[in-house]
Amino acid sequence: MEAIKFLEPRASVVARRSAIIADLVDLLPRECVVHEARELVPFETDAFVSYRRLPLAVVLPTTTEQVAAVMKYCNRYGIPVVARGAGTSLSGGAIPQEDAVVVGLSKMTRILEVDPANRTATVQAGVTNLSISDAVSPEGFFYAPDPSSQLACTIGGNIGMNSGGAHCLKYGVTTNNLLGVRMVLVDGTVIDLGGKHLDSAGYDLLGLVCGSEGQLGLVTEATVRLIAKPEGARPVLFGFDSSDAAGACVADIIGSGIIPVAIEFMDKPAIEICEAFAHAGYPLDVAALLIVEVEGSEAEMEAMLKEIVAIAGRHGVRTVRESQSATEAALIWKGRKSAFGATGRIADYICMDGTVPLGKLSYVLEKTSEIVERYGLRVANVFHAGDGNMHPLILFNANDPEDAARAEEAGNEILKLCVEAGGCLTGEHGVGIEKRDLMRHQYSDVDLNQQMAVRAAFDSEWLLNPSKVFPLEGRPAA
Amino acid sequence: MQTNFTAEQLADPHVAESEKILRRCVHCGFCTATCPTYVTLGNELDSPRGRIYLIKDMLENGRAADAEVVTHIDRCLSCLACVTTCPSGVNYMHLVDHARVHIEKTYRRPPMDRLIRQVLATVLPYPGRFRLALGLARLGRPLAPLLRRVAPLKPLAAMLDLAPQARPKPSTSARPGSRGSEGERRGRVAILSGCAQPVLDPGINEATIRLLTRLGVEVVVPQGEGCCGALVHHMGKEDQALAFARSNIDVWIREIEAGGLDAIIITASGCGTTIKDYGHMLRLDPAYADKAAKVSALAKDVSEYLSALELPEVESRGLAVAYHSACSMQHGQKITMAPKVLLRKAGFTVREPAEGHLCCGSAGTYNIMQPEISAQLKTRKVKNIEATRADVIATGNIGCMTQIGTATAIPIVHTVELLDWAYGGPKPAKLA
Repeated sequence: MEAIKFLEPRASVVARRSAIIADLVDLLPRECVVHEARELVPFETDAFVSYRRLPLAVVLPTTTEQVAAVMKYCNRYGIPVVARGAGTSLSGGAIPQEDAVVVGLSKMTRILEVDPANRTATVQAGVTNLSISDAVSPEGFFYAPDPSSQLACTIGGNIGMNSGGAHCLKYGVTTNNLLGVRMVLVDGTVIDLGGKHLDSAGYDLLGLVCGSEGQLGLVTEATVRLIAKPEGARPVLFGFDSSDAAGACVADIIGSGIIPVAIEFMDKPAIEICEAFAHAGYPLDVAALLIVEVEGSEAEMEAMLKEIVAIAGRHGVRTVRESQSATEAALIWKGRKSAFGATGRIADYICMDGTVPLGKLSYVLEKTSEIVERYGLRVANVFHAGDGNMHPLILFNANDPEDAARAEEAGNEILKLCVEAGGCLTGEHGVGIEKRDLMRHQYSDVDLNQQMAVRAAFDSEWLLNPSKVFPLEGRPAA
Repeated sequence: MQTNFTAEQLADPHVAESEKILRRCVHCGFCTATCPTYVTLGNELDSPRGRIYLIKDMLENGRAADAEVVTHIDRCLSCLACVTTCPSGVNYMHLVDHARVHIEKTYRRPPMDRLIRQVLATVLPYPGRFRLALGLARLGRPLAPLLRRVAPLKPLAAMLDLAPQARPKPSTSARPGSRGSEGERRGRVAILSGCAQPVLDPGINEATIRLLTRLGVEVVVPQGEGCCGALVHHMGKEDQALAFARSNIDVWIREIEAGGLDAIIITASGCGTTIKDYGHMLRLDPAYADKAAKVSALAKDVSEYLSALELPEVESRGLAVAYHSACSMQHGQKITMAPKVLLRKAGFTVREPAEGHLCCGSAGTYNIMQPEISAQLKTRKVKNIEATRADVIATGNIGCMTQIGTATAIPIVHTVELLDWAYGGPKPAKLA
């Protein structure tokens, strides 16, 4: 199959490269501009490492004002801008292009305010997801959305992709926990959206910005909702003899109105990979595993568990094991959250992100296996089952171009399958470059045109992360 | 991650090894989060993932190292926090070791940089020279502020700042010979005297020898043993490092053949990390590969060895200890629990400073070569340690002791000094 295309670099921009760099060096402190050829190479990709493009330059501003100055400058000279948080995108959202200036937020890592009374925290966009929870933990709070990369990924990137995570089943994804942003528009204007309250008058612009993949502006600060930590939390392992049974069990739990904090699914290959890394005590003699986390008081946890165990029993659960200590619970989550990276121990992989209605989980799992098998590849499944947010990891050999092409093709088939099953292309990783050309399977031209019209209201020249999200054909002429 | 090496390139076993390491990396970026220099500088080029990419690009293109690559590799502390964090098991240690050798072979450093490295490599690994140098440093201390103002001379200022005010008296602990066990013999071990530690703080090995012999372990200080080679190894001076390793291996193998050894006890975790890697470092040397592997398998941090002795519980003495885990201890050797368990058993209240995974900035000669970043890390570390309001700081590496000791009024001792005290030895002088 054909490799995914990027926009052709604007020749006029590339030709002015040295002048642009000289100007950027004038605009920012010396250590905030990266432009030596060697030094640009590490910025050519993110965690979707099969695609790579060198940027024109990278800037690492420390303040909103510096970001605004860069945006204003780039807008004036028609230079594309690609935002980068920690570069952990699995859909290639932060992969640059030859005519683009990368604005990296990695130096903007200050926690600006923790407001326990209003249960909010205001942070710079380069703050990592986990460090928000770390910072507010002494006050008894945490920030709920917890992407598996939460150790490294930034809140700015989370907003760009409307990231989710295991605990989003109960608490919602980024958009449900975001109260306000400070954002730099394409022309350098700085605006504030939202505040410390849950909703604002007028259109839900904050909702629009969250998940806009760096195409509407560049978020430099965020105010997020804090949640009080529960009295207790306990992950419980449920082992099944088949993925089918585990999938049906998930649908049944949610269907009966029970919302645990998290329901995570692992199939046998994923269990083996994660156990080898984390030694979390996952059962190795089962075909599928659910990690169900309940929280609250002892009584609450017990009551909910009892109901879940009863449901699991109806689906022939083989083993039920409660974590016995905080250390064990931490290991169970460490294994789960490291699943993608740990897969790197056995093979290269690409990670899919389709979401399907819960009733279709078992069906899509079965079909996924068939598809991957047909391409002569292997698959490991580890995902947020309670949300129906599937993450088949397609294993392949990156040093074999044919294998890599087959993996990509198999991935595309799986995502189309998710759409056909009534789901969608992306649950939390965003469209990026990876799923861009599949958008036509999800949306009609009318849909896409309307979305692009909204985008154009913010960035009529298509300067912001321009190669992403919308298929290259059928775009309005800029 | 995809790699791009020719069959010809892969014929070099060092390149082949690095290629394997690179293939493991999935570019997930987790490592950036726990990297002290990324956290401090906020630039991916100064993160493990950035460095891995720079190294990959340099090796794939068969290129000589250049100023840009060298800058970012030099800023790496080799703390190996990334190795602890990495879910896919990328052996960053061996990759960056290879890169440093490549730099040393293919890159000509500016004259002052070259000179300082040469001085460090010629002085630090030799206790006699180092002792002499410390005396000179005391005389030179008034020059430090002047030196600090000239960029290429900053390392010299850092050196003067680190030199202790007073040199401890030479100790007999490093004198070759055997120290017999008291009572029934439970084991026989060799102890590494090392290079800088016996000059800076001979009390550490004195305490170790006292404690072990009291516990029924015969301790041997073998004749002819020297620096473990870590210092020059981290500078990419591979021939010199391997020469140190071979010489020590000869000494220990002789000792094993003479009287048998249950362990080679190391009281500086930086050295421990390297000695445990001798097997890898000499894997391509047919004359030494097996012997090196044997030595690596016998190498034990003193806390590991003591854990196996099952020491009795001691009543609390109401002293709060902030335990600082050296990077070479927690990341290099993956020893995380043993020292804390030992201290608790010995009656101390153990407190763990926040951000315990972050390096204090000592990192061998890093605090001399990269004084600015090192100072920022030191400040951050001391702040976290002082927040524990502990009475004393315990750690297992002389480098950290020197680094942290220059920035806090809380006394800092080696873990084994507290253990020796708790099990019948004298109170550490610093607590007097």
